Amino acid sequence: MSVVDRPIASPVSPEADSYPTHHFLNHSKGFLSWALTLDHKRIGLMYLVGVMASFALGGLFALMIRIHLWNFKDGWLSNQTYNQVFTLHGAIMVFLFIIPSVPAALGNFLLPIMLGTKDVAFPRLNLSSFYLWVTGLVLFLTALSVTGLDTGWTFYTPYSIETSQGGAVLAATFGVFVLGFSSIFTGLNFIVTINTMRPPGMTWFRMPLFLWAVYATSIIQVLATPVLGITVLLLSAERLLGIGIFDPKLNGDPVTFQHFFWFYSHPAVYIMILPAMGIISELMSVHCHKGIFGYRMIAYSSIAIALFGFLVWGHHMFTSGMADVTAVVFSALTFTVSIPSAIKVFNWLGTMYQGTVSLNTPMLYALAFIFLFTIGGLTGLPLGALSTDMHFHDTYFVVAHFHYVMMGGTLVAFLGGVFHWWPKMTGRMFNDKLGMVSAIIVFIGFNMTFLPQFVLGSRGMPRRYATYLPEFQPLHQLSTIGSLTLGAGLFLALVVLLLSLVNGKKAPRNPWGGATLEWMCSSPPPHDNFSSAPTVGDPYDFSDIEYDGRVGSYVKRS
Amino acid sequence: MTAIQETHSTTDHHHGDDHHHDHPSWLAHHFDDAEQQYDSGKLGMWLFLVTEVLFFSGMFCAYALYRNRNPEVFEFCSSFLNEKLGAINTGVLLFSSLTMAWAVRAAQLRQHQLLVGMLGATLGCAAIFLGVKSVEYSHKWELGLLPGKFYVAQLEGHHGPHKGYLEMLCAVPALITFLLAAYAVYAWATKSIFHQRVAGPLLTAGICFFGGVLLGQYLEAQEEASKSHGGHHEHHAMAQGHVDHDSHEHAAASDTHTHDHGAPAVPEVSPAVAMGGSPDVYVASEEVNTPKAEVNQRSMAGLFFSIYYCMTGVHAIHILGGMLVISWLIIKAAREEFHEQYFGPVDNVGLYWHLVDFIWIYLFPLLYLIT
Ligand code: HEM
Ligand SMILES: [Cu+2]
Repeated sequence: MSVVDRPIASPVSPEADSYPTHHFLNHSKGFLSWALTLDHKRIGLMYLVGVMASFALGGLFALMIRIHLWNFKDGWLSNQTYNQVFTLHGAIMVFLFIIPSVPAALGNFLLPIMLGTKDVAFPRLNLSSFYLWVTGLVLFLTALSVTGLDTGWTFYTPYSIETSQGGAVLAATFGVFVLGFSSIFTGLNFIVTINTMRPPGMTWFRMPLFLWAVYATSIIQVLATPVLGITVLLLSAERLLGIGIFDPKLNGDPVTFQHFFWFYSHPAVYIMILPAMGIISELMSVHCHKGIFGYRMIAYSSIAIALFGFLVWGHHMFTSGMADVTAVVFSALTFTVSIPSAIKVFNWLGTMYQGTVSLNTPMLYALAFIFLFTIGGLTGLPLGALSTDMHFHDTYFVVAHFHYVMMGGTLVAFLGGVFHWWPKMTGRMFNDKLGMVSAIIVFIGFNMTFLPQFVLGSRGMPRRYATYLPEFQPLHQLSTIGSLTLGAGLFLALVVLLLSLVNGKKAPRNPWGGATLEWMCSSPPPHDNFSSAPTVGDPYDFSDIEYDGRVGSYVKRS
Repeated sequence: MTAIQETHSTTDHHHGDDHHHDHPSWLAHHFDDAEQQYDSGKLGMWLFLVTEVLFFSGMFCAYALYRNRNPEVFEFCSSFLNEKLGAINTGVLLFSSLTMAWAVRAAQLRQHQLLVGMLGATLGCAAIFLGVKSVEYSHKWELGLLPGKFYVAQLEGHHGPHKGYLEMLCAVPALITFLLAAYAVYAWATKSIFHQRVAGPLLTAGICFFGGVLLGQYLEAQEEASKSHGGHHEHHAMAQGHVDHDSHEHAAASDTHTHDHGAPAVPEVSPAVAMGGSPDVYVASEEVNTPKAEVNQRSMAGLFFSIYYCMTGVHAIHILGGMLVISWLIIKAAREEFHEQYFGPVDNVGLYWHLVDFIWIYLFPLLYLIT
């Protein structure tokens, strides 16, 4: 494996690579031309801004939690406020950030271009998904400011029925309901687009793996989210009308709530991770300049994950009371889902083997992803095993596990993807050196924050507690320092991106040497994506793509 | 007619806006041809229907769980539902599915008048359905057959019927019908064929709602009469307002026995009142010995009515949604927009309507019939 430093950020004169004078960003002007746009690229960008802002908000809450936990008692938040802060942190991160992050932001921008079409199948539905997302955001902010939501992001009954913060529970569950429909419509749109709108030549197995991943994700979004919808609807009916279905006082069953909730929320973790895996498949092959290893296995494993993911929700409830046989079956099924995930990891490593690795910002994030996701996935196994889960359940071990997969996995891949496609989306190159520094800080900060939490959890530190035993203090403090480092790294990443808008060099058509269709249209793409129908080839054939120093871009050898 | 024929041939051949010169106006610019557009819409609708089925499946699950746990509650409570009204509504919805399917065919054959008529008939059926449903709901509310913690039928403190629920439910439809009537007058005054075609079916649907209400009231009164013939159930139900302390205690005690899964026996909810010595008219004579007191309380019958209102309520909301999109179709149909190349909207709304109908086909036996 050799590392080649390619001059990706070399200056580009506009005439050399025909920097477009007319593109989707300046196609029309004014606030309304964005607010009412039906262009998937603009909708994608609006989502990108939205989810990043939500991430910043959720991140602030996270830092509040970590700072509170610096001392083992008498932190700066009251116990009540602490509960509200971790609830909002979780709910915002899950429902407002991570679920829409890759599919709705990057997916919206990329899917039609990668597929070679003008737009998604239902552009109006696409815009309404975005506004549903905004409505959800408003409802969450209401829950935040009017009263404090303190149920945890899981809204477990009977607490969510009894808590005095009733208005907040109503606002938040209604918000989740609306966000659910936003997600369903996005998924529906993508499935239809991929099924019916592929141009001639774009067969299923010529689709970039990112699209396979988004397709699998969409299937989960369409099949799982309605169940969450009815669950939160029944929960709000519980608060409004006291229907009692989940209320033990009225002969209802709170464990039924947990079943309903996790029937959605376990598949939802694959809504979060699958598109991230899709990003990594693209990044790995493009930045190694080598065809992806095991294309079909990666494609099939995405679908396998999507389907198996529906059968394992019970592993969140091993301690809630369920029949022994059921528990064993859920445990066994849980192990089977890790197989397709492992297949993907092996394939990415196989792609790097003997590749020509360009070590740049997107690639660094991709490498960080593989490392962190592997840890996250492997620590899922002790949680899926019945005996060990009795010990680990509701401890910091679980917290560390899901942060390794959600943050170390999805967020890091999302950032990698944003850096990778940033030149395409904005037409600007960012400062690669600074970007790499941000990736390294994020990687170090992340491990410093969450590795200690595995140790804390296995020693018995319960999750969601505002105070803890004095002997846990050193590890908690290490974690807090790590979180501040992590925050600094993420902030740097944001600065790098924003700086590029101010003084970034104009981006060439194909800065990294990709072979998928989006690199064939200009950066940024024109309003209709392609002036004439693109010729579809193998998305991972790099043999005829080479760097041309004169235009500062990769070009197809003719 | 000729004028309209002309409009439609212009829409047909008039080429879409700006730069897509091969695109007729009914073909969205990002689709290649009519077939692709139709296939996309169809697949999208089927996927949406899948989500709808899953959405309802949560409630069907809840139904199965609680029925399995307390079958006696479901048996007892379903006798409060009037099968006649349920059956009428089933028939109405089935008929509306027929008219909807016919509408699709009319759209394909460019039978514009017939299309408007069929859509109007579907809309009218939906309105009748809601009218009958309003009678059912308001009647139950009067009896105190409310969901969960509001369930008060025959419990302590529930004093007789509180009238006026039906009027409440009718207020908004009355307002809408009034506005539609004004619109119809405007349409006929201005002699606009388009407005007449829209106003006609919409106003009819508004009137159909009240037809449904009358029909429901008539049947409900009939049922009442036959019941009171057997044992004055209305009086019986309401006269139990006062607590007989012995049976009170007794009911509460036997209560705890039925809670097999450890849920506490309703602490702050007042326990059930025994139904007294006279045989209850709601249960068949061989069931006279059923321990009704244990069933007739918030955590039992209340839960049944929670499930009943959730399922039928969400279904009714879907009927309302369907009425909105059918009205939108009527407007499009009055403009004669549909033809053999472009009838996807009618077809897809039709699919949706059949699903809503289909769900009712399950709800009716599960809630009303199985005892
Ligand atoms: C590789 C396969 C994985 C396995 C075997 C696995 C297993 C588990 C198990 C058994 C639990 C429950 C632990 C407990 O509460 O006692 C759990 C919790 C969790 N996992 Fe995973 N997991 C895997 C991958 C993922 C991925 C990819 C994500 C998200 C991107 C994820 C997100 C979560 C979350 C959010 C929770 C905790 C939810 C909560 O209680 O608040 N997991 N995991
Ligand atoms: Cu799970």
